[in-house]
Amino acid sequence: MPIQYYIYLCLALFSIGVIGVLTRRNAIVVFMCIELMLNAVNLLLVAFSKMFHSYALAQNATSTTGIDAQIFVFFIMVVAAAEVSVGLAIIVMMYRNTHSVDINFLNRLKN
Amino acid sequence: MSIIQVLFFALSAFAIGSAIMVLVSKNPIHSVLWLILVFFAISGHYILLNAQFLAIVNIIVYAGAIMVLFLFVIMLINIKKDSEPQKQFLVKLLGVVAGGSFLTLLVALVKQTAQIQGRTLLMKDGVIGLIHPLGKALFNDYVVPFEISSVLFLSAMVGAVIIGKK
Repeated sequence: MPIQYYIYLCLALFSIGVIGVLTRRNAIVVFMCIELMLNAVNLLLVAFSKMFHSYALAQNATSTTGIDAQIFVFFIMVVAAAEVSVGLAIIVMMYRNTHSVDINFLNRLKN
Repeated sequence: MSIIQVLFFALSAFAIGSAIMVLVSKNPIHSVLWLILVFFAISGHYILLNAQFLAIVNIIVYAGAIMVLFLFVIMLINIKKDSEPQKQFLVKLLGVVAGGSFLTLLVALVKQTAQIQGRTLLMKDGVIGLIHPLGKALFNDYVVPFEISSVLFLSAMVGAVIIGKK
């Protein structure tokens, strides 16, 4: 499978996430679009790891080149889980103060 | 077309269609459910690439834990179905145009890049996605980031509790 197909798929998913962040006003949906972008990047990292792995296997049959990208994906998932827990706590606090999850309430960052 | 190509295109269409449905759903709960389907499609891609550990972790962590957290919060704050104020049509159109321009720019860039022309992926072979090599790499080369991430989790947990108790 050529690497271009995976790049195009991940670009499409990432752009859908960008469009979601730009067009929706519900803070929770915006947050979900950020998760979508993170997942697109994860998939691209795994695809590139397999690309370099196939290149390195041609030279050395026992090579583990490309394993670092998969470890990176693991750490991105760890950071995303921590980010979601804090972000959702912030959204709940915002809802308690303003009784809305509209991001336009937060555009001045005061009051 | 081989079976791998058929699976790739089917999973890609499924992922992109579900991702678009995340955006167009009015009800946030429907958005969450569509996003879970996107994550399952991405897990299918991981299995296709023989990254089995990441496929399982993706289902457990993303579809299992994070999305359930989203559902809990949506049910906790009880958003009405049509209480979400919509952006103006012009703003939405500009957002779609901006995202589409971004996509077009990057696709044109990828088409020109010489380093990736003719490079192919190892699809269903290779051992680097299995638990054994990943565990060895994680606990030999990446043991310090692993420990630091546990501290990060602790601080995130403390932060979430403090923010939630205010």
